[in-house]
Amino acid sequence: MLSYALRRLVTVVPTLLVIITVAFFMMRLAPGGPFDSDRALPPEIEKNIQAAYDLDKPLVEQYLIYLGRILILDFGPSLKIRDFSVGELIAAGAPASMELGLSAILLALIVGVSFGTLAALRQNSGTDFSVMSVSMIGIAVPNFVMAPLLSLVLGVYLDWLPTSGWGGGAFRYKIMPVIALALPQIAYVARLTRGSMVEVLHSNFVRTARAKGLRERLVVIRHALKGAMMPVVSYLGPATAAVMTGSVVIETIFGVPGIGTYFVNAALNRDYPLVMGVIIVYAVLIMLLNLVVDLLYAVLDPKVRYS
Amino acid sequence: MLLKTFKHAAIGVGLAVALGGTAQAEKVLRVGNDGVVQSMDPHYISTVQTSRLTDDMFLGLLTYGQDGQPIAGAAESWDISEDGKTYTFKLRDHVWSDGTPVTAGDFVYAWRRLLAPETGAEYASLLYIIKGAEDVNTGKVGPEGLAAEAIDDKTLKVELNAPAPYFLAQLTHQTAFPVPQHVVEKLDRDWTKPENIVVNGAYKLQSWTPNVEATLVKNDKFYDADNVAIDKVIYYPIEDRTVIQTRFRAGEIDVGRDIASEQIDWLRQNMADSLRIVPYAGIYYYVFRTDKEPFGDERVRRALSMAVNREVITDKVLRTGELPAYSFVPPGTGNYGEPQYADFKGVPYEEAVKQAKALLAEAGYGPDKPLNFTLRYNTSENHKRIAVAVQAMWKQLGVNVELFNTDGKIHYADLKEGNFQVARAGWIADYNDAQNYLFLLETKTGPLNYSQFNNEKFDGLMAEAEAVSDLGQRAKILQQAERVAMDGQPIIPIYYYVSKQLISPDVVGWVDNAPDRHPTRFLDLKQ
Repeated sequence: MLSYALRRLVTVVPTLLVIITVAFFMMRLAPGGPFDSDRALPPEIEKNIQAAYDLDKPLVEQYLIYLGRILILDFGPSLKIRDFSVGELIAAGAPASMELGLSAILLALIVGVSFGTLAALRQNSGTDFSVMSVSMIGIAVPNFVMAPLLSLVLGVYLDWLPTSGWGGGAFRYKIMPVIALALPQIAYVARLTRGSMVEVLHSNFVRTARAKGLRERLVVIRHALKGAMMPVVSYLGPATAAVMTGSVVIETIFGVPGIGTYFVNAALNRDYPLVMGVIIVYAVLIMLLNLVVDLLYAVLDPKVRYS
Repeated sequence: MLLKTFKHAAIGVGLAVALGGTAQAEKVLRVGNDGVVQSMDPHYISTVQTSRLTDDMFLGLLTYGQDGQPIAGAAESWDISEDGKTYTFKLRDHVWSDGTPVTAGDFVYAWRRLLAPETGAEYASLLYIIKGAEDVNTGKVGPEGLAAEAIDDKTLKVELNAPAPYFLAQLTHQTAFPVPQHVVEKLDRDWTKPENIVVNGAYKLQSWTPNVEATLVKNDKFYDADNVAIDKVIYYPIEDRTVIQTRFRAGEIDVGRDIASEQIDWLRQNMADSLRIVPYAGIYYYVFRTDKEPFGDERVRRALSMAVNREVITDKVLRTGELPAYSFVPPGTGNYGEPQYADFKGVPYEEAVKQAKALLAEAGYGPDKPLNFTLRYNTSENHKRIAVAVQAMWKQLGVNVELFNTDGKIHYADLKEGNFQVARAGWIADYNDAQNYLFLLETKTGPLNYSQFNNEKFDGLMAEAEAVSDLGQRAKILQQAERVAMDGQPIIPIYYYVSKQLISPDVVGWVDNAPDRHPTRFLDLKQ
């Protein structure tokens, strides 16, 4: 299994190269540049700015310059927040996004799997129906409705929590963003768990365990759950990457200093280096998490073997 | 290393906020700033939201007073020559925040740095009125070609290309700020980091976490520090207007620098004592590409402009107190007097529509030859609502308009290239003078003259005004120029902007003003 893992890690580099190349050139397809605004610049000033940021060079030359800098981990300056380099912005923002993301996924795992299992054990009962309905609402209600609602109710009307902000990382500032991030994930995980649990509970090895006279709780937790987790794990791999790189809606509404806003705002601002930077972070994260998911399959399902 | 600094800064801010709540002595102003901060370096700034921070940190030769009007800043007095082209400034005795005296040399160094092509400063053209500035910025001469000289440490001599009464007002802008030569030469771009930055204004940068906050603390070495009441000001970059509103409601910020316009009714009912709506020095307009048919025909332009019911737009569509615009220069603009209004200003709307139909028919457009074109605007709820309203107004004339919206960057890129027939545009004044609006219609302005208005008479009048030093005479010539523009209607003025803020009743000293400048040094907090 170790050699399998190493082989997978090696493929990260060429995949990343392809992603960087495609992203670099695709980004330039959108008309408009980083310095276009309602204060149109006189041509000589525009010339100066383009030169200062290498934007006047031929595109292929810019690409090669960029690749060269990436190799020494220099992601370039941000074209919008000019006092910071892309590396500094990402290093400053990534911890917040990742912390919130991981907390949300953990919450989703614990709550979602519990509810999903409960629903599966009481299949077609009132419990099952209500769990599935509530989770459908969680999936259907968009986060830009849920988040302001939470902020308004808990922050303004009840005044239990600060409406937004980061407060230097104090715990109470994280509660609402994590809940808002977790809610749709809880819903998905609950539905996935319930579905695969129902299937596993009817499988041969569970029947064998029951026939052996094991207590129901052991049957479920020690035997059925492991098998039922496969679809959940498959889902959570990419979902974790997405949540950990921050949600632009959650971060905007709750004022979280993460990198989520960069994905949208950097693109709108044509802040090319920053867009490339966050794409690279996301790509690496997805590839690593997919590897973790594949390795987890081997843990969860004894029939899976890697050579 | 930097991450550690951020962590320490964040903990420091957290502690300071926590302590600030308990210690009565320290006054902390919390501002919901409606945009991302670009930089603390005056030469790398182009947005007004960022300039609010640098306005608190640096003192130009002139600076903004409590009412947003220019007052003496780093310069305590100045002499202007007879022909209006040579200014001699006497600097007041004051120091940078590290104790080094501020000298005339700091200004010369700063302006040369601003104009150096390698700097790539977006606002460099604001100083083009200084002799040699444009040549330096286009690389034709070296930095010594700039006609700004430090006669001695306290005296600065500047020569202009032409007498420009707006020059003093321009000096309040961050483009003309000094920078500490002794720090910038050593540290280059790193000079603005909180541990390095040196300022000559009322506040100094203490910490900056992008997308979270930027905290400025009182600069004890500021020459007027005794009169500065607020000890610390925290700027939160909040681009979402509803978030600004929510945080203001929860009492988490004292000043909100814009509002969610669609909530104006609720705000008027529930936050009337905090809501401030003030005329703002700017204009919202539609621009014709006059070098494309049929918009080269003045009759078509006038007809379309007459058929726009501006009062409906301001009173029914926007409802946030904007004023209908019939001139290009907003009333109240400095050194100007009464703007020149389009001659159809007083005409009742039904009559205006009739006249417009007649004009269009004269130009050859009618039911058998309908006028069709595309109206472009950049994506925004309000732009859309106005465009839909105007589309309906033009339908009455038998004109079929297709609406087309794109995101901001694409919109402005295309405006510059001329990829449009009729498009929405806006302009906020950089300095309080009519020339700062009218120059947009001058041929020599180039791509910024979106309409490509190419009128000899207009250009001639603008050139004449530039050479005149008598303010009254100059105003008359500029008015004649605006008259030409309003008769020709290369643009359709729609409304004059207003600035909208939420100001907590605890804030003292906030004076509503058209430039919308409110330096923190003049504010105080009731406790």
